Amino acid sequence: MAKNEFHEEIRERIENGGAEKYHEKNAEKGKMFVRERLNRLFDDDLDVEDAFFANCMDDSLPADGVVTGIGKINGQTVCVMANDSTVKAGSWGKRTVEKIIRIQETAMKLEVPMLYLVDSAGARITDQIEMFPNRRGAGRIFYNQVQMSGRVPQICLLFGPSAAGGAYIPAFCDIVVMVDGNASMYLGSPRMAEKVIGEKVSLEEMGGAKMHCSVSGVGDVLVSSEQEAIEYAQKYLTYFPENFRSKPPVQEAIKPESFEKSIGDLIPENQNAPFDMYELIKRLIDEDSFCEIKREFAKEIITGLARINGQTVGIIANQPRMKGGVLFHDSADKAAKFIQLCDAFNIPLIFLADIPGFMIGTKVERAGIIRHGAKMISAMSEASVPKISVVVRKAYGAGLYAMAGPAFEPDVTIALPTAQIAVMGPEAAVNAVYANKIAELPEEERPAFIKEKQEEYKENIDIYRLASEMVIDDIVQPDDLRDHLNKRLEAYQSKNLTFTERKHGVYPV
Amino acid sequence: MNQLVANMAGNVWKVVVSEGDQVNSGDDIVILESMKMEIPIAAEAGGSIKELKVNEGDFVNEGDVIAIIE
Repeated sequence: MAKNEFHEEIRERIENGGAEKYHEKNAEKGKMFVRERLNRLFDDDLDVEDAFFANCMDDSLPADGVVTGIGKINGQTVCVMANDSTVKAGSWGKRTVEKIIRIQETAMKLEVPMLYLVDSAGARITDQIEMFPNRRGAGRIFYNQVQMSGRVPQICLLFGPSAAGGAYIPAFCDIVVMVDGNASMYLGSPRMAEKVIGEKVSLEEMGGAKMHCSVSGVGDVLVSSEQEAIEYAQKYLTYFPENFRSKPPVQEAIKPESFEKSIGDLIPENQNAPFDMYELIKRLIDEDSFCEIKREFAKEIITGLARINGQTVGIIANQPRMKGGVLFHDSADKAAKFIQLCDAFNIPLIFLADIPGFMIGTKVERAGIIRHGAKMISAMSEASVPKISVVVRKAYGAGLYAMAGPAFEPDVTIALPTAQIAVMGPEAAVNAVYANKIAELPEEERPAFIKEKQEEYKENIDIYRLASEMVIDDIVQPDDLRDHLNKRLEAYQSKNLTFTERKHGVYPV
Repeated sequence: MNQLVANMAGNVWKVVVSEGDQVNSGDDIVILESMKMEIPIAAEAGGSIKELKVNEGDFVNEGDVIAIIE
């Protein structure tokens, strides 16, 4: 055979991936072939592919089960690795691992985002000496990810399993998108769990997409199809610069969606009644610009990227509709990572506070709420991007602190005219201060006494009084809030702050 | 059959439905009072209320069953 013919034949074989039956099996599960995924994800397919011929002397291992290369998404250069689950279930051999390490090194040199399209059964046990323990074994993939974290965006689209050691690829990414029904993450499979610890459990229950996106918080975004995962990644990338040195790209400014109810109408007068914070967010941001992270997890706090007048912002908002907007261990953890994400990539932070405080009680103390709360406060303190704190309705106790209260060097603390800031709400405060006195009073006199003391307390914490004392910097009418935020964001654009000089902090984790 | 559980500790302030009522996903079933806030607990799936496990004034811990929806 002429060399040319040989080249074309081998090229075609590699491009087609594994055996036909594995393609069929994947198609049945709604899974695309790896090259189809890349074709849809990139503006115009991959521009260049590396080590296409890896392991080409072995007919059964085209590209050694992983495609790596460089291409453009929304015109922005990114590096990618994508498992091919038609080749030995996407498992890792020596060259698979080396290919992944090399593309990571390329992303670091080019300082561009790194995407991981994961669909892999894990290590090829038969190749373990070549790919597991050595300097350029699988461990190096994770070492590189840690080194890349905060330098370039790292995004994981999880289309299938991510097992054992492989489960750490998603864990080190900024964000993990999981396809419902197909994606899973676990250290030991259900079969192994039964053998080793005697637990009988289904894959879905132990490591499925729904579980990880709503219970463990290891997943960030639950999607129903591969196409949706791809579209999410494309959208997500529009909010980010290519690396930590640049600012996010500014897009065309779009007006918010219009609504009958204004922000002023939305917020109930009664501090204790629930309202839906999503409704407020929609009125502040450019139409359709919300890109939420961890929607299904710890819903009492909302975290997401958005745009105000075309500029990317990160929104951290308490959700009074869910658990009263109280902060729990999981919600503090969720907020901490989101704050770090935005701060790493120069995305200004807007805190929308409506928070009765941190949850109390046995359950949360045993779950380490103090440690997790401290983690959020550490991340928020250290964030040196423009930081705007808005007290929408109330900020009580350590809730004020966690939501970037005045002591935490926000660029500004704004309150709506009906907002309250205090150690605790009027009801709790009167109970705490006058418990003995109330008990001594005849029962019929109690309500009037309590009401009187509550009114006194409310006067004492009046928001105009706090503005007079310069605790807060401005009081803004609800319907002027978007314009006000826009002006503040513009004013703080040149902020250049180094938090402190040291190797790194020793934070609770 | 679906178990509706409390997502946080608190007192049952109001029971909004009665046994036998038809409810849709997202409808409030009870409202807890916790951390001085009203905490609506909504049905996660539609159906009829087979059993209400709580009365107004009861303390419920996180994870306690509030109602069974069929």
